[in-house]
Amino acid sequence: MAAGSSTTTKVTLPTDKEILITREFDAPRDVVFKAMTDPALIPRWWGPRGHTTRVDKMDVRPGGAWRFISGTSPADETAFRGEYREIKAPERIVQTFEWEPMAGHISVETATFTELDGRTLLTTRTLFASKEDRDGMIQSGMEKGLTETHDRFAELLVELRTAAESSAR
Amino acid sequence: MREILSALAEPNRLQIVELLRRKPLAVGDIVERLRLRQPQVSKHLRVLSDAGVVEAQPVGQQRIYRLRPQALRELDAWLEPYRRTWDERFERFDEVLRDLKGKEREHGRRK
Repeated sequence: MAAGSSTTTKVTLPTDKEILITREFDAPRDVVFKAMTDPALIPRWWGPRGHTTRVDKMDVRPGGAWRFISGTSPADETAFRGEYREIKAPERIVQTFEWEPMAGHISVETATFTELDGRTLLTTRTLFASKEDRDGMIQSGMEKGLTETHDRFAELLVELRTAAESSAR
Repeated sequence: MREILSALAEPNRLQIVELLRRKPLAVGDIVERLRLRQPQVSKHLRVLSDAGVVEAQPVGQQRIYRLRPQALRELDAWLEPYRRTWDERFERFDEVLRDLKGKEREHGRRK
């Protein structure tokens, strides 16, 4: 992906209980949808950097459960889980999200895939049970962000650029 | 930060901020556009102003309200680590997509 293309992740707060995330991907939406719902691919992208993520359950159909275990080592592993409420390939996924150490704080994520001339706009709207839940989620991102080193980020950029250049050739 | 967030948590106040994003306005303009009563709007503006989200400038007889960019920057800075977490996740997902496309191309060639 060349620098300057519109692949920036945008985060906004449309109401006091929601977070809206938008991002474009350089692939048609059926490809994006399939990749995002493929259990074999989850470990490659789902978890935070430096974490390994395993899929315990991923039953992609209405009423189906998902549960992913993620951590930097077996000692600090925690699980995330939820239920699929709506699956409409390749347009829409509605699912619940819950972090097991904070069980009971359930949010609902609606992912919408819009085709844009061979590219895909992904819109994820997360509805929290309360404003406190939403703000807590954003705050947890902050704590994690602070522990990250800029070096690692720079490394990733180099990797991405190299990959983009070789795929452009 | 907490003050800014709770100021924005009230739907009418969020609407006032939306209005002011376009241009600075007098209390009367806001009253007209939101169809709220003047005392209500004044109360909301006071909360927003106490939280540092808006500031008032006297122009003639009127007070013109506008957004304070600093508050928005603070909000932005608060959101940034969360945004970056998602950005990183999506960057890795880009790599997955690139691989899939590469495989598809190879597959297409073999056919």
